Amino acid sequence: MRIALQITCVNDAMFPDTGKAVVRLLRRLGVEVDFPREQTCCGQPMVNTGYLDEAVPVVRRFVDAFAGYDAIVTPSGSCAGSARHQHSIVAERSGDPALAAAVAETGPRTYELSEFLVDVLGVTDVGAYFPHRTTYHPTCHSLRMLGVGDRPTRLLEAVRGIELVDLPHATECCGFGGTFALKNADASIAMGADKARHVRDTGAEVLVAGDNSCLMHVGGMLSRQRAGVRVMHLAEVLASTEEDEG
Amino acid sequence: MSGTFVGMPAFPTAAREALGDTQLRRNLAHATHVIRDKRAKVVAEVEDWEELRLAGAGVKEAALRDLATHLETLEASLVRAGATVHWARDAEEACAIVAQVTKAHGVDEVVKVKSMATAEIGLNEALEAEGIAAWETDLAELIVQLGDDLPSHILVPAIHRNRAEIREIFLRRMGDVGRPAPVDLTDEPAVLAAAARAHLREKFLRAKVAVSGANFAVAETGTLVVVESEGNGRMCLTLPEVLISVVGIEKVVATWADLDPLLRLLPRSSTGERMNPYTSTWSGVTPGDGPQEVHVVLLDNGRTRALADDVGRQALRCIRCSACLNVCPVYERVGGHAYGSVYPGPIGAILNPLLHGVSDEQTASLPYASSLCGACFEVCPVRIDIPSVLVDQRAAVVDSHRGDRVPKAEAVAMKAAAWAFSDSRRLAWAEKASGLGGRLLRRFGRTTLPGGRAAAGRLPGPAAGWTGARDLPAPPEESFRDWWDRTDGGRDGGAR
Repeated sequence: MRIALQITCVNDAMFPDTGKAVVRLLRRLGVEVDFPREQTCCGQPMVNTGYLDEAVPVVRRFVDAFAGYDAIVTPSGSCAGSARHQHSIVAERSGDPALAAAVAETGPRTYELSEFLVDVLGVTDVGAYFPHRTTYHPTCHSLRMLGVGDRPTRLLEAVRGIELVDLPHATECCGFGGTFALKNADASIAMGADKARHVRDTGAEVLVAGDNSCLMHVGGMLSRQRAGVRVMHLAEVLASTEEDEG
Repeated sequence: MSGTFVGMPAFPTAAREALGDTQLRRNLAHATHVIRDKRAKVVAEVEDWEELRLAGAGVKEAALRDLATHLETLEASLVRAGATVHWARDAEEACAIVAQVTKAHGVDEVVKVKSMATAEIGLNEALEAEGIAAWETDLAELIVQLGDDLPSHILVPAIHRNRAEIREIFLRRMGDVGRPAPVDLTDEPAVLAAAARAHLREKFLRAKVAVSGANFAVAETGTLVVVESEGNGRMCLTLPEVLISVVGIEKVVATWADLDPLLRLLPRSSTGERMNPYTSTWSGVTPGDGPQEVHVVLLDNGRTRALADDVGRQALRCIRCSACLNVCPVYERVGGHAYGSVYPGPIGAILNPLLHGVSDEQTASLPYASSLCGACFEVCPVRIDIPSVLVDQRAAVVDSHRGDRVPKAEAVAMKAAAWAFSDSRRLAWAEKASGLGGRLLRRFGRTTLPGGRAAAGRLPGPAAGWTGARDLPAPPEESFRDWWDRTDGGRDGGAR
């Protein structure tokens, strides 16, 4: 089975530690991933802002980079959702049947990390150790576009040492929303402020989610508030071992 | 005697103002959560809810697929049942028809059943210009009308008001247009409702002409259906001599049996009730019973435009339940007025551009009034994929600007991003540049994220949109791809 890591543009440029954690975690589980160097972005920033023509070359790059892999694993619910549900829209826009055929191949083989771990590898206990009071925010696209359900929490519950606390109003959007965070910054911040308040109410030290873009938004607000809560990608928690903590 | 949405600013500006209204924030957060929870409870009782949603969507979709045929059947059935059918291409034509019928009876007032179609076409204002007073009889519509206010919700147009405000409006305004509120009026809901009942009763008993909309129109029998909670609709539909119903052409369903899933979906989705208190149906004129002159105005007003849109046409399935508003995190915080239309919230953000196009700035801002969280799609009883339509309407907005001589900064940025993302070498260069920028940021921003990572605090210029309220992690010195190259994917002992 050939497995490719789709790092995502945000993680590549801003959160390389998440990518390293995915590699470390999967290696610990006996899985070696390829990192196709030609990959860039899934095209979601363009699609979700309405720039479909601009997304065409980006999606073309995606399918070229990941052609021939049995599974494409990505530490982002949003980018997996983009590959699975939006690439076909872009392909249709391009009018290129070859691109449509290519996205029909790559889309269904794209897995968000928790899906890959639970559904493809069949594990929930990944042998992690993380002795911190932690709360989990299910990001909208992982929850409603992909339907990852309780996979992330099952993975977290199996982490040794973790004190996992429920996040009130967990399924409500954090307000990031891609370019929404800039185009409607006021509404975005109002939503983020409420999410940050719910996070603080848990008394957690760490907020975990499967999308660093959402965490960049909520984490940026928590940081500004000097709330004393740090944000971490799910992959980084699952990759943690006693050595890391020691 | 009511406000107007004409001249409203684009959504981000209107939203900013609304977000500063503390009373509004409190009223909305409370009301939307109450209805949201009620809905969730009664929906959970229905074992086959998902099948019911499919059935509801299917019925509406089938009707839309053969709309012309069903409308002609509806017209024939209505005429056979003694009704007069009018066709209105737009708001102006529809308003003119209602005014003309009303004037033909020599009256200067009508009573109204709550109706989105008549709100959409601005009927009250049009009638007022003709010297005809249109009295809203739905409690929330009455509050909006007396307060010279604008509706902010499809089902509960006065959702932005609390009971103290309603008491004040009743005391101040009821006397100007009819029976005044009692001087000892309190803000107890039952007391407020009693004042409205006494005020409205005079109007019900006096009115010769009533105006309604319809939730559904059954083609095979020429039956209109109104679903309501208060009974004011039943009064309007039965007491006056003349009844004029303004019905959007998308309200048609083929048969009575088609109502089955829709009448089960609607109350649970809208008011969070198993069944609404009043369901009125009428088929033209029944001799000696109810209105003896029945008019039906079939309204297009952009609906055929929406129908021609492959992705957007599903919005015409909407049964105006408001579940998408109640669950929307954006609506919950900014309220309905910011959308600049009688159709606010997620459905408004797609319906308005579909009905009217995206040529004006205000309408063009609506598809962006969403974080695309998908909560609306999840609750929609007729499975309108609102996030997908939002994205498609965003594309319509972008496409409408493709010929601009001076492109927007956003368009330039997207083109630049597409260029960089089309080739991984370009992206690698951009990341190296951002790594260098990160060094500057670390010096410039001088803040640290919890956990220790360097970050930028408030930055000027285009970065202010992000950093006004959120710290920004400094870009790392080394991108993931550079780390992968340097360490052979961590195999060179560089797992950190």
